[in-house]
Amino acid sequence: MKTAREVILDAVRRNVPRPAVALPPLPASRTQEEPLLPRFRTELEAMGGRSFAAADAAAARTRIAELFADAKVVCSAVPEVPGTCRVEQLQDPHELRDVDVGVVRSRLGVAEAGAVWLTQEDLVMNALGVLSQHLVVLLDPGAIVATLHDAYARLDAAASPYGVFMAGPSATGDIEGVIIHGAQGARSLTVLFLHEQNHSIR
Amino acid sequence: MTRAVAPERRAERFIALEEHESTHDRLVWGMRQHRDQAVAGVPEWEGLRELASQIKEHTLTNLDHYLEQFEENAKKLGTHVHWARDTGEHNAIVYDVLRTHSVRSLIKSKSMLQEECGMTPYLEKRGITVTESDLGERIQQLSHEPPSHIVVPAIHKLRTDIAELFAREIGSDPKNAEPHYLTEAMRANARPRFLAADAAMTGANFAVAETGGFVVCTNEGNADIGASVPPLHIASIGIEKLIPRARDLGVFVRMLSRSALGSPMTQYTSHFHGPRRGGELHVVLVDNTRSERLGSPDFWHALKCIRCGACMNTCPVYRRGGGLSYGATYSGPIGVILDPGFDLEKYRELPFHSSLCGSCTQVCPVKIDVSDQIYKWRRVVAARGMLRLSKRVGMSALGATLAHPAAFRAAESAAETALAGLPRFALYNPLNPWGRHRELPDVPRTTFRQWYLEHRAKEDR
Repeated sequence: MKTAREVILDAVRRNVPRPAVALPPLPASRTQEEPLLPRFRTELEAMGGRSFAAADAAAARTRIAELFADAKVVCSAVPEVPGTCRVEQLQDPHELRDVDVGVVRSRLGVAEAGAVWLTQEDLVMNALGVLSQHLVVLLDPGAIVATLHDAYARLDAAASPYGVFMAGPSATGDIEGVIIHGAQGARSLTVLFLHEQNHSIR
Repeated sequence: MTRAVAPERRAERFIALEEHESTHDRLVWGMRQHRDQAVAGVPEWEGLRELASQIKEHTLTNLDHYLEQFEENAKKLGTHVHWARDTGEHNAIVYDVLRTHSVRSLIKSKSMLQEECGMTPYLEKRGITVTESDLGERIQQLSHEPPSHIVVPAIHKLRTDIAELFAREIGSDPKNAEPHYLTEAMRANARPRFLAADAAMTGANFAVAETGGFVVCTNEGNADIGASVPPLHIASIGIEKLIPRARDLGVFVRMLSRSALGSPMTQYTSHFHGPRRGGELHVVLVDNTRSERLGSPDFWHALKCIRCGACMNTCPVYRRGGGLSYGATYSGPIGVILDPGFDLEKYRELPFHSSLCGSCTQVCPVKIDVSDQIYKWRRVVAARGMLRLSKRVGMSALGATLAHPAAFRAAESAAETALAGLPRFALYNPLNPWGRHRELPDVPRTTFRQWYLEHRAKEDR
């Protein structure tokens, strides 16, 4: 007897429309006249996020302490911010249940959506990005590209089991279209522009 | 013959709830306006539409190749790949995976395919607790209703309906209908369920043949919680979701949320390539009539759909009648052209639940000829002898009149008198539900032909 796989593939082969349509070339990256950093910041704000410049790691730590003065658990995945706990020392995502602030570094920002790209390597434990009540993302201002076309041209989406573009915090408009941040994932998303000390791409 | 869903009677009940109808119309049209603003910010939009359409058509005309490529690459990443011919096979595969992992509770994010499969009732009958993690879907689950919109499932409800529902189901304050309060109440209720779940299920917006991965778009981050907290993740993917290359995602992701809600992209656009560290990943590739539709010259283009909901937001019939009036998994114009493909007898009235204004075709980001397909489904319904009596009588009289110019002119002149004297008989009889809530405009004193002969015909000579 034929397997479901064979039955489906046979039916598809029998029915694919003819003639076949050619695969179109994708648009080439355009040189952006517009400066990327201000666009990134405006779009991030429209998505419900916020951003600040941080001159150095100490300034980033001060900013986090100011923004989240009541935070008890700050779980960090970056060397610049020690936090109260290190994500690489955790064994199980359930241990993240009480995290007030998660701190990670993104290696790619997208100006047209104010989005940051985060992978399993950046997050160490993927749940850090969504179980943390608030998320702080360090981003090198030089790592921002104009559009998603440019982003996909630069990144290898398949290199990590998990990769996510986060454009602002968790949001919903499911009750009468009223936009509310902090539906299920992070309640807030803060980008701190901080140059990376070591420029090697992980 | 199977009893047909009667969309106009269901719409009538919704329209009778005046505040619901006017709020729904305003909110849904608001999404269309946000879409227009977002589209205006992308000068190359029309080029993107053409590109998206061509990429989808290329994939669908080579679908066997891309399915095999996806499977091969997904397996290389350590993903378990299953194939399901229909809803029954899909549900059995899912249940089998859950059973072998001793799963008792699972959290799922929104998947129209899992709705199509009736998966949740199937699993609950077998003792598995299923919790919808998207706020709108959770509202619909607690209301025992299907989603009324593919992007905002509970958009037909007022905040006061939700306050009452949550008070009853999760013990929130029945007097507090403030959306922030209600969202927070559900967050507090859902989080322990997320942490206690044994497995997560998602759908997929795109599956990438070249990499063997797939992409899920949400605004709440609920799919990401599911995929990152419990150890097991199962994704249901319709075979039409494939795209060839990861770089093609740029085109579709740029269009999806701009078309849906007017934001440049969803808050979370999540890429899954093999199991996460310490996890297990399964995908179920589902046919369920898709391969059959592929062979239909009139209807295969509907497989290009990326489920953005733009056609629903712009549709005058959808906006006024609400999504539940379609009585089907898919509502709005896209539902009108998808649902009859699953069950023509049951959904034979849906192609008539449209004004054929064509707005859906204009906003579709992947250039599906939605309104043409609605018209073609009408022809299928007529050819199969499934037209309702009122339409058969009216259409044959109309056909005979329009076919003969002399008869048409006689009828046109007569209409002046007839419509003035007897409009209620012709249009407001019990056979025509469409006439029930509106009046014809006043009839002009002369026909267009009379006016033309008098004023313009001489000049033209």
